[in-house]
Amino acid sequence: MKQENQQGGPQARFSLRSRLKSRGRRGEIIFITLAALAALALIGLVLLMVFELVTRSLPALQRFGAGFLTGTEWNPVTEKFGALSAIYGTLVTSLLALLIAVPVSIGAAVFLAELAPGSIRGTASFLMELLAAVPSVVYGLWAIFVLVPVVIGPAQQFLGDHLGFLPFFKGPNLGGFGILSGSVILAIMVLPLVTATARDIIRMVPDAQKEAMLALGATRWETLWKVVLPYGRSGIVGSVILGLGRALGETMAVTMVIGNSPRISVSLFSPAHTMASQIASEFSEATGGLYISALIELALVLFAITLVVNVIARLLVWKATGKFKTGGRS
Amino acid sequence: MRRILLYLAVTLILLTTVTTVAACGGGGASQNTSAPSGRVTLTGAGATFPNPFYSKLFTEYGKISNVDVNYQSIGSGGGIRAIKERTVDFGASDGIMSDKDLAEAPGRILHIPTTSGAVAVAYNLSGIQSGLKLTPDILADIYLNKITRWNDPRITAQNPGINLPARDIAVVHRSDGSGTTYIFTNYLSKVSPEWKDKVGNATSVSWPAGTGGQGNEGVAGQVKQINGAIGYVELAYATQNNMAFASIKNRSGSFVAPSIESTTAAAQGVELPADMKVMITDSANPTAYPIAGFTWVLAYQDQPDQVKGKALADVLWWSIHDGQKYAAPLFYAPLSPEAVARAEDLLRSMTYKGTTLLK
Amino acid sequence: MSRSRLRTRKVTNAVMLGLCGLSAALAVIALLAILSYTVGKGLPAIGLKFLTSLPQPVGDPGGGIGNAIVGTTVLVALACGIGIPAGLLAGIYVAEFAHPRVAVVVRFVADVLFGVPSIVTGVFVYGLVVVAMGGYSALAGGIALALIMVPIISRTAEESLKLVPNTLREAGLALGVPLWRIILSVVIPSALPGVLTGIMLGLARVAGETAPLIFTAFGSRLNYKGVDEPIAALPLQIYRYAISPYADWQRQAWGAALILIVMVLLASVAVRLLTRKRSSNLGR
Repeated sequence: MKQENQQGGPQARFSLRSRLKSRGRRGEIIFITLAALAALALIGLVLLMVFELVTRSLPALQRFGAGFLTGTEWNPVTEKFGALSAIYGTLVTSLLALLIAVPVSIGAAVFLAELAPGSIRGTASFLMELLAAVPSVVYGLWAIFVLVPVVIGPAQQFLGDHLGFLPFFKGPNLGGFGILSGSVILAIMVLPLVTATARDIIRMVPDAQKEAMLALGATRWETLWKVVLPYGRSGIVGSVILGLGRALGETMAVTMVIGNSPRISVSLFSPAHTMASQIASEFSEATGGLYISALIELALVLFAITLVVNVIARLLVWKATGKFKTGGRS
Repeated sequence: MRRILLYLAVTLILLTTVTTVAACGGGGASQNTSAPSGRVTLTGAGATFPNPFYSKLFTEYGKISNVDVNYQSIGSGGGIRAIKERTVDFGASDGIMSDKDLAEAPGRILHIPTTSGAVAVAYNLSGIQSGLKLTPDILADIYLNKITRWNDPRITAQNPGINLPARDIAVVHRSDGSGTTYIFTNYLSKVSPEWKDKVGNATSVSWPAGTGGQGNEGVAGQVKQINGAIGYVELAYATQNNMAFASIKNRSGSFVAPSIESTTAAAQGVELPADMKVMITDSANPTAYPIAGFTWVLAYQDQPDQVKGKALADVLWWSIHDGQKYAAPLFYAPLSPEAVARAEDLLRSMTYKGTTLLK
Repeated sequence: MSRSRLRTRKVTNAVMLGLCGLSAALAVIALLAILSYTVGKGLPAIGLKFLTSLPQPVGDPGGGIGNAIVGTTVLVALACGIGIPAGLLAGIYVAEFAHPRVAVVVRFVADVLFGVPSIVTGVFVYGLVVVAMGGYSALAGGIALALIMVPIISRTAEESLKLVPNTLREAGLALGVPLWRIILSVVIPSALPGVLTGIMLGLARVAGETAPLIFTAFGSRLNYKGVDEPIAALPLQIYRYAISPYADWQRQAWGAALILIVMVLLASVAVRLLTRKRSSNLGR
């Protein structure tokens, strides 16, 4: 079914703009200027942050150069710092967390937006937003005392016993502290964010689209899969990227259960560490110019990786849809 | 649209009212100025380890004087940075400031000891709740990953009455930088040349083995949940959470368990210099627990403000004398008489524009 | 269409919808697990004294989180006051006015900013505001929190605005209404659910953030003194109590966590109640 491009693209917008310009309304100009200032301020602030990060990590940048990205040793005593294990941990836990959270979130969002009867919808959505309010520390403590011993530990035992031939499930079961726990708690933290935002996107898809599909005899699922989700694709991708951002930058909760060891291993049972949690753990106590500088450089690397992952995510989506524009305005 | 703006305005007004009422209604009006008639407020930041103790000290002092101290535990590193940048009136640290940091500070910074604490070596061996004995070399080799099983002959030799299982030792250390790690690695550096060479002494090191727990509670959580785990935590943490901890052989040859008495004793087996920048690990005192350390308040010798400087000197003087009685109930070790004497000298050297602040 | 094909489609329909329901159930179970744990551990600590007193040392009776409740309210109000207008305006700009390339840049910038660990934001604001002001302050804390809020508000607003059909805008223009009024009176109200969700998520997130406050708002044992002084905050209190060795303080930490969640819940309810009438007439 051909998708009606209701919202127009740059073409339509520009014709609006040129229409406005020719009218020269003062109110418009003030409003647009304010809005533009806000957007510029955002860019400016981030640039300032990057500038600060670069200047403060200069000592480490000069000392280690590209070796910082490939080095695996993090030694504050001999002042040798390498970020590879942290980069690995960050990428693995974030991606695994998204792998777990995104299907569940979108499914829940679909349920809340489309399928749930009114009473359940209100309460469940509400509860979802509440989950976003739980402080990171509480997530972490709950993870240590409940998630790890009750869920992950036994799960790892089971997986190790039955599927231990797979490289993902090898190695000693350290009571559940490791990459798997870190990823699961991250997934739980990302869930409310992606669910709530995706739910709103799905709700905003015009009824006309859905009704047309149903009129043609499609099942509800087909309507959702073939029309609703693609229509809201841009927004949903936006939600997932927000979730990714949250996962990459989360500190407290992850560090409490991931085992914090600079190891690079394919096994999900292995302890690891992430860049964000390392910065948060060590910054308060760090003394010494090069040590602090190395931590700031770690933040800079995380910044860069967030940017790269965002770019890749966008590119993948554009590739998958086969066209540059998506259902909404691109 | 207008209605939304109206609601926003109403909410903002409500919020402002609430906060103003709360500010006026609650506690007294404290002034953060050097007004002689009002209360004086001091800000301090730093180590997490003494936070419960300082919390008690400053609350009690606030009742008997006109000084309110707002101390927040942001970490020793944060405290050192804060005092260097003068964003606080005093800092606090579990470790000694490096020469580089001291040189970068705009004035001479004094290390005033306020209390000391012990680092307990906790373990999780089902059925063995107490009585485990460890020697320094065994402890170092466990953390160096050279001893990997509980029934290693070297450990069983020290513990003849205990049935140690043939289980892997799961080593746990701190993942975050901490004064506790500083004390622990300082001790290991003193008793194991290999440790000193390979790992060293710092608030955060590159550990040859084991997993990292976030904070005392992270280490305690892991130790409690992993059978065969060993980890180091503050004594208060181990006792308050009913963890089993080991007795360590001190320099005189006795196996000593961490306690308030054995921690105070640690300070008495070490030569205390005038500037009190000394680690009391591996003490020579026969009754001393070997893994102990001071915690210090960091203050400028020359204070920039007379009223605040006097208030600071007074509260610190009280802390090392009358305030010490609040230490033991919270599992902090009171300062030994020698340590108090040194601290007194340091406090007497505090000045404002050349004039001594105390009396 | 053959009958078996219809069957397959129906079965697929049922299965997939069932999975969606299951996902929602999973999410709710996770939430309930965490909530019930927090309630279980925190409820014993709650009482009128707890909600109004100042913090006390370990073991001393009558300790409370009164100043932390006020502190978090002030900090979140500051963050909203700075973050909501800034985020909304930026989102509006990207969705309505920006050249596509500029839009891409602003969007990336917002996404990347959202991924910055909150402690880095805190350290950044420390260097910028605290050192410049010569001390910790609630204002610095509010600014740090606003920096965390802006990307999420801006991105959700932008995505929601983009989904509003152009026909609405064109109708307004045909009536001679200036574009900015159309946006404020028509487009935003129809995108309101999404915008509000973004605001509430941002508010919930910053209400529970600890790391950015450590070096900015600092924390306090004393009563509220003004936005240019250190200020107490619930997440800070929770963190410092939770990592202490003492059962008394740990219990208070859980009580404070419960109160924090309740506060965000109340704010969410208030916002939804106040804006429900408006959105029910437009869209669905």
